[in-house]
Amino acid sequence: MDEFVNLKETELRLGLPGTDNVSEEIERVSCNKRALQGDTENETESSMMKTETCPPRKAQIVGWPPVRSSRKNIIQTKKNESDSEGGRGVYVKVSMDGAPYLRKIDLSCYKGYKELLKALEIMFNFSVGEYFEREGYKGSDFVPTYEDKDGDWMLIGDVPWEMFVCTCKRLRIMKGSEAKGLGCGV
Amino acid sequence: MNYFPDEVIEHVFDFVTSHKDRNSISLVCKSWFKIERYSRQNVFIGNCYSISPERLLRRFPCFKSLTLKGKPHFADFNLVPHGWGGFVQPWIEALARSRVGLEELRLKRMVVTDEGLELLSRSFVNFKSLVLVSCEGFSTDGLASIASNCRHLRDLDLQENEIDDHRGQWLSCFPETYTSLVTLNFACLEGETNLVALERLVARSPNLRSLKLNRAVPLDALARLMACAPQIVDLGVGSYEDEQDSESCLKLQAAIRKCTSLRSLSGFLEAAPHCLSAFHPVCHNLTSLNLSYAAEIHGSHLIKLIEHCKKLQRLWILDSIGDKGLEVVASTCKELQELRVFPTDLHGGGNTAVTEDGLVAISAGCPKLHSILYFCQQMTNAALITVARNCPNFIRFRLCILEPHKPDHVTSQPLDEGFGAIVQACKNLKRLSVSGLLTDQVFLYIGMFATQLEMLSIAFAGDTDKGMLYVLNGCKKMRKLEIRDSPFGDAALLADVNKYETMRSLWMSSCEVTLGGCKRLARKAPWLNVEIINENDNNRMEENGYEGRQKVDNKLYLYRTVVGTRVDAPPFVWIL
Repeated sequence: MDEFVNLKETELRLGLPGTDNVSEEIERVSCNKRALQGDTENETESSMMKTETCPPRKAQIVGWPPVRSSRKNIIQTKKNESDSEGGRGVYVKVSMDGAPYLRKIDLSCYKGYKELLKALEIMFNFSVGEYFEREGYKGSDFVPTYEDKDGDWMLIGDVPWEMFVCTCKRLRIMKGSEAKGLGCGV
Repeated sequence: MNYFPDEVIEHVFDFVTSHKDRNSISLVCKSWFKIERYSRQNVFIGNCYSISPERLLRRFPCFKSLTLKGKPHFADFNLVPHGWGGFVQPWIEALARSRVGLEELRLKRMVVTDEGLELLSRSFVNFKSLVLVSCEGFSTDGLASIASNCRHLRDLDLQENEIDDHRGQWLSCFPETYTSLVTLNFACLEGETNLVALERLVARSPNLRSLKLNRAVPLDALARLMACAPQIVDLGVGSYEDEQDSESCLKLQAAIRKCTSLRSLSGFLEAAPHCLSAFHPVCHNLTSLNLSYAAEIHGSHLIKLIEHCKKLQRLWILDSIGDKGLEVVASTCKELQELRVFPTDLHGGGNTAVTEDGLVAISAGCPKLHSILYFCQQMTNAALITVARNCPNFIRFRLCILEPHKPDHVTSQPLDEGFGAIVQACKNLKRLSVSGLLTDQVFLYIGMFATQLEMLSIAFAGDTDKGMLYVLNGCKKMRKLEIRDSPFGDAALLADVNKYETMRSLWMSSCEVTLGGCKRLARKAPWLNVEIINENDNNRMEENGYEGRQKVDNKLYLYRTVVGTRVDAPPFVWIL
């Protein structure tokens, strides 16, 4: 293995010395010159050796995988949204029935349901009523709900706050007739 | 041959539309060459640098439709730096100066400007169709010119372009008297859309067949648009934020039920998981479904939709559908011809994703499958051999295993035998992309069996120059060869210089070719443009005489041309 590294060192290259290119090249040479190590019997062995010496630099290869930027962007957004469940800034969309556009809030900014609901009330200029364990929210036409990981619409406030932050994908302030189904007291 | 008057021969030629066939016709005799020249309606130029606008106009003075392609394919993956070339401006200017009655312009991977679009819109009275694919360099101002000035516009089709969205009023630039719109695709625009202008435009376009919206068009607007255009055949949904059972949703469902001509569905750029159920009523008629941008829809919802799509011929989807989902596709979509499965996890090690099992299931269930693009984390030779046996009709087979050099995950062997089985069984294979751990052996198979192969993409594969030589010697119909990160060098590059005259282009990046080798090639073949894209900004090295053994760490792109060196190359492109 070392001999390949030394050969690389002596070659004239277009790249500047000491740049990443050099270490890239070392890895690449190890990968590509694999066949020189032996005949087919050794192939398995050398493939395995190669895997040890060339850890896949997945995130660093330019233009790989061959996916357009527009596609990469949508994946990145999705990844960010799921990554952020770790608590680094749990941004979720908030929609309100009848509002022309959505908002986004960072759940990790709030310590509990009270703060969250207060913030939503101010943001959308409405009142949420009072939460009851059995009957849900009473005293308002508006009911705060969220979509969980399974894609189901749940009433905000039923589960412990930490669990909520982890499982909440987006919020929706339901209004009027739809809200009744969630136990809004009449 | 010439028993008939020219008009009769020309009339017969009218029935011959394929470019290849018309090229063949023109070679029969001088008389046919002349008749064909003057009657050619559609001109296709696969490499804008292979010929000049002036020569185009000399040969075909009467064409109506021009297709031009600019940058090489790997530009899609950011391997070609900004400013490399592919400018359409000289073409538009030349065409504008001439008397050609241009009606259609189709561009792919070219640089377009607002000035160019403005000139285009003013120069051709009967201009009808603008199709831009993977282009860049223009803004919505350019679109405004097209909208304002092209009285007879039928198609404005923008696919995956990078457009500077000035959030202007381009949609309201279509005059109130303008009613001939057939295709409107602006899905790639990132900014806000004037919904009122859009709705009015759609309402006065009775011929509208294809409408693809961007993410700024929300659910309630979609409902109104579909209500105005029940004749729609091809729909791209913009945004569909979940508002289940809301009034807008109900209106949408009612509108969708009236769209009995709907055959193609795409978009869902911002989509909530439940939204797909609104479209279940039209699924049984769908022939094309593209959900490859709908990253937020769970696999289970995708499956529920697809279960209704028995007539599907084309499916583009994300790998979140999983092997289970592909099994559903295999048992439901018996008419499937084309499948593309895109990755949701670019870095490997994901848990969802599809495996070789999904691919095998599809091959077993879909007898009409002829085109596939499949991103996955793992593959086996056994699976590929089974796929080859199940589907000998592949025309396009593109497999991308996300981790470079990854072997058969069961046997740890290279995937030579698997791909070998594919090329041996699929006698009509025209396009192939290989990946995973591959030795020279796979190229031996490709050279031996892939007799119809026209385009081959190679990445992180092969051991020696022999690999590339097998391909160059064996594949007589090769047109486009693109290679990256593979150990092919000067010996392979220079073995048969005349081969490149039979091909459109060759791309080699991060291979083993040297600057000296490229220079030798350029000297031997003056009818080629041999370009080095040099991103290291080390122009000095060349002048100081460093040559020979230096690797072309950067990119080699060569192509045949009848007009010599291009004059618009930027400083970082060396034309040898």
